[in-house]
Amino acid sequence: MSVRGMLGRKVGMTQIFDAEGKMVPVTVLAVEPNVVSQVRTVDKDGYSAAQLAYQDVKVTRLTRPAQGHLAAAGVAPKKHLREFAIQDGKTVEAGQAITATDVFAEGERIQVAGTTKGKGFAGVVKRYGFRGQEASHGSSLNGRLPMSSGATDAARVFKGTRKPGHMGDERMTQQGLKVIRIDNDRDIILIKGAIPGANGGLVMLEKMHRVIREPQQLVQTKSSKKK
Amino acid sequence: MAINATIIRDIEMAQKKATVPQFRGGDTIRVHAKVVEGGKERLQIFEGICIMRRGEGIRDSFMVRKVSNGVGVERTFLIHSPRLDRIEVLRRGMVRRAKLFYLRERVGKAARIKEDRNGRFSRMKTDQPTGK
Repeated sequence: MSVRGMLGRKVGMTQIFDAEGKMVPVTVLAVEPNVVSQVRTVDKDGYSAAQLAYQDVKVTRLTRPAQGHLAAAGVAPKKHLREFAIQDGKTVEAGQAITATDVFAEGERIQVAGTTKGKGFAGVVKRYGFRGQEASHGSSLNGRLPMSSGATDAARVFKGTRKPGHMGDERMTQQGLKVIRIDNDRDIILIKGAIPGANGGLVMLEKMHRVIREPQQLVQTKSSKKK
Repeated sequence: MAINATIIRDIEMAQKKATVPQFRGGDTIRVHAKVVEGGKERLQIFEGICIMRRGEGIRDSFMVRKVSNGVGVERTFLIHSPRLDRIEVLRRGMVRRAKLFYLRERVGKAARIKEDRNGRFSRMKTDQPTGK
């Protein structure tokens, strides 16, 4: 009865101690139950997916078409709608609520997509990691300039040459993140590591699209044993 | 929908120890740390001078320095780590800075710290509640 992903909200980062007492950096995501607002079927739409609605909102904040769309599915007004694939062999129906444990399990590797923080019009040092110029040895006023754009015999600048421009505020997916803890009572999920975007931002949690191997457990040999 | 700050505070609070001894840089402390050795867990004692306190709340950590067989050894511990069984404060030090990295360049008598007998430098003597 379930889908391959769901919507959530980035709360912020903190750290927790795992069962071994090791410190783990985690991102806290709020995942209040998503509601299925529409089911895409192969017969009708040519593909199969579930449209999930997330985050309660005042009805007046929605456009009339959006209100009608949710009312048709019998779903309370929600701010965000996104489609997710349905798990193999499972079915979903409109109006059904999806909670974190329906989709994910603790210890599972998942991918999380969000909108990165906007950096505005950024130079090449910040945007592409150019080294910039020397601070001394006769160089002045050109510390962070991009300098040469290419060879002179080409007589033009090649397409794709890295230049200053807008940076951030774009969709980014981080793969292979480990689910540390799922708390269905408080509707939160703890993920190891960082997640794109500012606190409060909308994130899409999804099962991995590709299979990844778990890193091999290091075997503690006698010679490497810590005293 | 709880406020973001509340959610994070609850998670951190749940991990905190109820009380921790109050100490600062310059104090001599004895740390009872849990170590796993040959599949068994035992307590290892690390005793030395606290040369740094850093962070607050769940991130609060400290560094202890001791000289072992003529070699300086420094270990950093997280105050709220479950791997830390107990911290004993043995001696209050009279120091005028928070980070005592200058001790690294000193050996023997020069690396001594005066004891703070009348509590001028460490006003609070008891275990401090962490707000839990």
